[in-house]
Amino acid sequence: MTKAHAYRHLILFIMAAVAVMALPILLQMTGSNSWVRILDIALLYVLLALGLNIVVGYAGLLDLGYIAFFAVGGYLFAMLGSSHLSDTFPAFAAMFPAGIHLSIWLVMLLAAAVAGLVGMLLGAPTLKLRGDYLAIVTLGFGEIIRIFLLNMDRPINITNGPKGISQIDSISVFGLDLGKRLTIGDFTFQPVTLYYYLFLFFVVLAVIISYRLERSRIGRAWMAVREDEIAAKAMGLNTRNLKLMAFGMGATFGGVSGVLFASFQRFVSPESFSLMESVMVVAMVVLGGIGHIPGVILGALLLAGLPELLRHVAHPLTAMTDGRLAPEILRQLLIALAMIIVMLLRPKGLWPAPEHGKSLNK
Amino acid sequence: MDTLLQQVINGLVLGSMYALVALGYTMVYGIIGLINFAHGDVLMVGALTSWTIIVGMQESSPNMPGWLMLIVATLIAMVVAAVLNYTIEKLAYRPLRNSPRLAPLITAIGMSILLQTLAMIIWKPNPKSYPSVLSSEPIQIGGAVISVTQVTILATTAITLALLMWLVNRTNLGRAMRATAENPRVAALMGIKPDVVISATFIIGAMLAAIAGVMWASNYGTVQHAMGFMPGLKAFVAAVMGGIGNLAGAVVGGIALGLIESLGAGYLGKLTGGVLGSQYTDIFAFIVLAIVLTVRPSGLLGERVADRA
Repeated sequence: MTKAHAYRHLILFIMAAVAVMALPILLQMTGSNSWVRILDIALLYVLLALGLNIVVGYAGLLDLGYIAFFAVGGYLFAMLGSSHLSDTFPAFAAMFPAGIHLSIWLVMLLAAAVAGLVGMLLGAPTLKLRGDYLAIVTLGFGEIIRIFLLNMDRPINITNGPKGISQIDSISVFGLDLGKRLTIGDFTFQPVTLYYYLFLFFVVLAVIISYRLERSRIGRAWMAVREDEIAAKAMGLNTRNLKLMAFGMGATFGGVSGVLFASFQRFVSPESFSLMESVMVVAMVVLGGIGHIPGVILGALLLAGLPELLRHVAHPLTAMTDGRLAPEILRQLLIALAMIIVMLLRPKGLWPAPEHGKSLNK
Repeated sequence: MDTLLQQVINGLVLGSMYALVALGYTMVYGIIGLINFAHGDVLMVGALTSWTIIVGMQESSPNMPGWLMLIVATLIAMVVAAVLNYTIEKLAYRPLRNSPRLAPLITAIGMSILLQTLAMIIWKPNPKSYPSVLSSEPIQIGGAVISVTQVTILATTAITLALLMWLVNRTNLGRAMRATAENPRVAALMGIKPDVVISATFIIGAMLAAIAGVMWASNYGTVQHAMGFMPGLKAFVAAVMGGIGNLAGAVVGGIALGLIESLGAGYLGKLTGGVLGSQYTDIFAFIVLAIVLTVRPSGLLGERVADRA
């Protein structure tokens, strides 16, 4: 790369960074928080998609129950950051009169660790399975976790069942409560905007980690397993540990985004962790370009953002069709059509990696 | 003892519906290696179509006998489902036959969402009660009760399975299907047209799903756009459990799963002292699946295929 080239790249990069930083402020000026909210949710999906990309894209393990780790993170934060446990267990209330309410960074580490552990535990029984069998078993595990969350309100109320856990703490970063408005000079940052920057920070972190992993010894070993497990084994790779590591690593991303989600919504219920959500994340990874970081980000932004955008301009259509094309239905219709049409036109994804391994490309 | 017999009957009824759906999955998977995620939604379309027909016939000709209405509705549902599945295969799966492995899977998932959404638009999202056209007089067998609908379900399943076995084992089409499943390229060299065989497979699978859909609706009494999801998922689990690609395996897996769920739902509460109740029924399928696949990674009746590089 010549010096002039590098210079141009730097300028482009700075421009993109400024645009990304300024985006929520501009959207906030429209007077409504809903656009920034859509961005926030899209960023969470980016985080999830990057995590799943480690499992599906790098290691080639099709995981259809990925949302379970999102749920683990979400519920972990919900229990630590709300009064639910003290309300239901007198002993707990006696032990921690004010609830636990740990620092956000501690909870993040904890959620990453717990989700990673659950990821490895759920991954362990699937090690021998291949391809579609693996997909269906992971799907089953995802459903099992959701059904437990749904029903563990009796005989002992641990998860509060279908009602979910509400009044979860908002996140405080270095003493700054993101749940409250922040006024600097004349400008007021809405909570959604503050959360945007927090999520952006984690997305950037996730991109850096993914990028470093991809080029590390482990990353190359994962791709070797993906391309040909038997050959990888013959080369002396410990495929069992590698697969467990991929499950664990992917799950940590899910756990962290779960914490962010719980604190952002301040409410979790089993409904947010349905199979449909797992499927959506897989679709984002595959639609964007499996195993390719920019592609995965694009896929997540498109599938999370576009249907919401179109939904906002669809009100006349709803009125015209006597409510049959309600916004929620229209959104689902668009997602389905996007999945089918993109795959038919570009089976390798919208922005595939320049050089794919053979098993992804075949 | 009576509860045991009752749960076994319920399990067989549930299992025979799973088996019919599982056959559709397993035939498609055996031939093109695709998990047809939209299969459960074909069942839903079949059930909703038959609902429209029966409700329409009850209004236009109230004196028609119930069983005749059910037969007419089932036949029309089968035709609609067959046309639908044929179209889906032709438009959405055929162009992707040689694409990366995940592309057709995502298309199939997209198709499943699309069918549910379209059903929501056509039939509206609210659950509708399915008219019971057969006699509701229960039949007593040794302390257990079985409804006329359930007897009909068992009998229809038996007849359908016999017809399918005849089709697959005794006809030219069946031979072509088996040959294509074995090795599509060699089959093509022998003069079999793979596209025709694949279309036929989708059509047969859709008809079985439509029959199961009508059964499901009659047995549970409601129809809705999302009704195909769980039966589809469980039937796929049954197909994998029996060894995917294997027709007998799908039937064995389906009936086994039906029995496990029904007995589990009946006894889980007693066994765990009320800690876990029948609301956990839905997880049996997945736990059994994980166990079966750990012990026999290719399913109960599946062939062990050596790893090929």
